Amino acid sequence: MEFLTYIMHNSDRVLRLTVEHLELVGVSIFAATAIGIPLGVAASRNAALKRWSLGFANVTQTVPSLALFGFLIPATGIGASTAVIALALYALLPILRNTCVGIAGVDRAVIEAALGMGMTRRQMLWQVELPLAMGVILAGLRVATVTSVGVATIAAAVGAGGLGTFIFQGLTMVNNNVILAGAVPAAILAVLADAGFGWIERRLSAGLGTA
Amino acid sequence: MIELLQTGFRLSGGRALLSEINLSVGRGETLVLLGRSGSGKTTLLKLINRLLDPTDGQVLVEGRATADWDAIQLRRRIGYVIQETGLFPHFTIERNIGVVPRLEGWPPDRIRARTIEMMRLVGLPPDQFAQRRPHELSGGQRQRAGVARALAADPPVLLMDEPFGALDPITRSELQREFRSLATSLAKTIVFVTHDVREAMRLGSRIALLEEGRLVAVHSARGFMNASEPQIQRFVASVRDSDGDLSPDPFKGE
Repeated sequence: MEFLTYIMHNSDRVLRLTVEHLELVGVSIFAATAIGIPLGVAASRNAALKRWSLGFANVTQTVPSLALFGFLIPATGIGASTAVIALALYALLPILRNTCVGIAGVDRAVIEAALGMGMTRRQMLWQVELPLAMGVILAGLRVATVTSVGVATIAAAVGAGGLGTFIFQGLTMVNNNVILAGAVPAAILAVLADAGFGWIERRLSAGLGTA
Repeated sequence: MIELLQTGFRLSGGRALLSEINLSVGRGETLVLLGRSGSGKTTLLKLINRLLDPTDGQVLVEGRATADWDAIQLRRRIGYVIQETGLFPHFTIERNIGVVPRLEGWPPDRIRARTIEMMRLVGLPPDQFAQRRPHELSGGQRQRAGVARALAADPPVLLMDEPFGALDPITRSELQREFRSLATSLAKTIVFVTHDVREAMRLGSRIALLEEGRLVAVHSARGFMNASEPQIQRFVASVRDSDGDLSPDPFKGE
């Protein structure tokens, strides 16, 4: 438990890096959501777009994270913007895929009734498809966020800060306490994010009466 | 009111689901489309509210080809009830029934009044059911809600695709009985799809038999049983075989 002492002595720094970490994750998840959900909606209307966008997201997902950060440096340089782009690319797949799956999973009879009653595509999207797909979309967002909290520790390698700073520092110093000062708060963040999304999902399904 | 002229529908692969259909449905009548699964009944229904467009001939609604109607406007003038009900699981029953009036931009208090009126009409006491969700209702109650939803905006035409097909026999005949008196009092033009001859004879003013995408014949409900077409005789015989007694119909002459 020596690392706790280390954290106590460096609490200001731990706090600052935690906030940085949250910013990296927050901004990249926001970007991935802002792209992923509309893209998923468009893709569920267009088979070719679905194939290509899911294919692209799949490929980025297979690139090892450290390599992805590295590839981006020539384009976007050292720093937070590179990290945010890489994290957003990683988060894109679960959000995009779950949006497609969620919309495709809406009961055929409900879609047919909506069309038969004279809803426009837009009305159907907002009143029927998105609300009914929301549980699945949120599950994707949950996976994306939790993963992103972990992957964001690598952002320190491209100078973007965050809790990974402790981990890389500890690695060079061969000091486990320093590594743990980064790893433990990151793990706690991931657990909290998971629990938070779990709570939202439960609230939502209770509201939908599908729990 | 509704007219099909040499109407056909084929899939993009070329397979014809409906061919050379000529049929007209008069104002206020209930026409039953009878046929086995795959005979094209549902396809024909979807041509009327423009969920599908005919590939041959045309379909006229109120004297105008469906292709010339704005699909959205057309569908809002046509109530649509399907077997699976298609109630929106995330809406309360009240909200479900008020969907089309809301799409049409009615003021909230008018929607509310109309929803309550519709719930009473179909036998769902509003104080008990208005705030429930579809999954809290029985199959029969859901189907009642589906009918109420289709009627809410007071459309002149009603399309019903095997609405009572998934119900137990007792609930089914209860709903059939109520449907008959509703159809008489509301004077809607109704096209009702079923594969059940008994249901067809109970509910239809006329019955049209479809077989493999072609219209075999159209008869009055009374004339159907004694029609000369062999396909119809087969259909009628199948019922006689199963339980002998087709007439007297318990609901005739109400």
